[in-house]
Amino acid sequence: MSAVVSPIRKPLIYGNKTYHQITEDICSPTEKAPTRQWIIGFIVAVTLLSFGVFCILWQIYYGVVVWNLNRTIGWGYGITNFVWWIGIGHAGTLISAILLLFRQKWRTGVNRAAEAMTIFAVICAAIFPVIHVGRIWMLFYFIPLPNTRGPLWVNFNSPLLWDVFAISTYFTVSLLFWYTGLVPDFATIRDRASGFRRKMYNVLSFGWVGAAKHWQRFESLCLVLAGLATPLVLSVHTIVSFDFATSVIPGWHTTIFPPYFVAGAIFSGFAMVQTLMLVTRKALKLEDYITINHIESMNKVIVLTGSIVGVAYLSELFIAWYSGAVYEQFAFANRAAGIYFWAYMGQMGCNVLSPQVFWSRKIRTSIWWTFFISIFVNIGMWFERFVIIVTSLARDFLPSSWSYYYPSWNEIGIYLGTFGIFFTFYLIFVRIAPVVAIAEVKAIHKLAGNQYRFSNQGDEHHEPHGSTSLIADDNESDNQDDHSHNH
Amino acid sequence: MESNKKEILFGLFDDETQLLAAVKEANNQHLNIDDVYTPFPVHGLDPLLGLSESRLHIAGFIYGMIGTLTAFLGMTWVFVSDWPIIFGGKPYWPVPSFIPITFELTVLFSAIGMTVTFYTVCGLGPGVKAKTLHDRITDDKFCIAFDVSNTTDEDNNAYHSLFSKFGASHVETKTM
Repeated sequence: MSAVVSPIRKPLIYGNKTYHQITEDICSPTEKAPTRQWIIGFIVAVTLLSFGVFCILWQIYYGVVVWNLNRTIGWGYGITNFVWWIGIGHAGTLISAILLLFRQKWRTGVNRAAEAMTIFAVICAAIFPVIHVGRIWMLFYFIPLPNTRGPLWVNFNSPLLWDVFAISTYFTVSLLFWYTGLVPDFATIRDRASGFRRKMYNVLSFGWVGAAKHWQRFESLCLVLAGLATPLVLSVHTIVSFDFATSVIPGWHTTIFPPYFVAGAIFSGFAMVQTLMLVTRKALKLEDYITINHIESMNKVIVLTGSIVGVAYLSELFIAWYSGAVYEQFAFANRAAGIYFWAYMGQMGCNVLSPQVFWSRKIRTSIWWTFFISIFVNIGMWFERFVIIVTSLARDFLPSSWSYYYPSWNEIGIYLGTFGIFFTFYLIFVRIAPVVAIAEVKAIHKLAGNQYRFSNQGDEHHEPHGSTSLIADDNESDNQDDHSHNH
Repeated sequence: MESNKKEILFGLFDDETQLLAAVKEANNQHLNIDDVYTPFPVHGLDPLLGLSESRLHIAGFIYGMIGTLTAFLGMTWVFVSDWPIIFGGKPYWPVPSFIPITFELTVLFSAIGMTVTFYTVCGLGPGVKAKTLHDRITDDKFCIAFDVSNTTDEDNNAYHSLFSKFGASHVETKTM
């Protein structure tokens, strides 16, 4: 087709696929009986989920007292986990919306799963503030309803209320975006299915038939939703950072927070996408669609955002010293060398140092390195939120009220429970929905499929052999196939 | 949306280049294409079919503006007129504090409005039964459909010759 792709770009789809083969490859995991790995994973996830639900009910019954919070440290695990999950959610929207606007075609391989991850992560995140309010039956107090509790309204000046609006908008828009993208792909599965599955997918696919005018509107809708989601995703974590930055706690009261939180969110989100994708592509045999090039691209984003986060950490330290404000200086000295120094070490080591190995191409194209670093980043970003929240509170203005915080069994249980919720949803998702956006992959196929990429050069000897060796461990013989094959 | 049953003659092509060529030729012969169905959006097809640009984004803008006004005027009314309160020495009308929620509601209204509009104008939704001409259209076949309910033999022959000329792999008539 007409768009020009640089000859040095590596193909995004390997293995001489036809359109039908793409459909087969991506739909088949939803059509086969679940594998043993899946069943084991699902049992583990549901067990964790059940334990999490038990802990949540326990907390609702007995109140926030079952958490180890005290008068000094009013925010602990709950808010740490909330910010952590919300941050993870950011990668999906970044991949599907921002990369769509930047016309990064590689996003088609991973956007569907990343968006699903966004939605499930936001659900996990939302649990924490909701149960943190203590009296969950009073939750409607967040909603600006007039005159039901005296003629008082919610405080529209409060960043906590902005958060309610930001997160619910983010969840809604992500869900609409994700589901609309799924509709044509559900139709593909529907037309391959029979009996009950056909009926089920008929409902899910909303009666999609692929008419030209529908596709045109579909693309228009997706483009505008992407345009809306792009500032939205930046606003969400900006507003989350306002929860801290607009307060007067040393260590929180920082103008650098919005960009630093957004970069951190993208950083942790991509790490989680990597963790999930590396397992998903292997388990569902999608190595031709989620290739080592995708992993490398995401690793580049990780090293970039990790470095931004690193610069932000160092700026904070410098500004704390440079400000001359003793409380600020103390807050940061306490962070680095105080009672929670181990959390700070975890944060610095995992977030700033560990992703720097991705400057090496060999490492960022290695599956095992990517997997381990992605786990490190997930841990590091959790520590970052813990450091910001807990260490800043633990040593407040009055030494007489200084305190120490560690989580109770209930807090740990709810955190583990959110993993259960997340993975239960994710495992159901990979059984029901195509993990790769089928229609989108087909639409880029002739630009980025390997048989088209190389045959277009006229001379097959121009094929960059370096690239074949890089992916050789993933798709053994595919690249030795006939490259002159063309439709 | 629903109309009487139509008799549809359709041909399936294996590749979008064949489809585009066939549509071009149909235009040259002034054949009246009922619709084209594809497994993914084929670029360059809309102008050939004479489809004007979607106005969905204009609707989105209007919904967004409604959201902006709802949020901004709503908060203004609450804090200025309905129940004025001083929060931390801020004025009764703290405009900068309204920016985040105004932005969020703009996006929310626009996204929900556009999505609902999209499904409504396309006649799609849960429970809508798909009028599938052929099961492979959502897979790998590119379909041109002609309405042959009230056409002459001459037209029908022109359709068939178009299909064979551009190598349609499957031609069928269906009553929908």
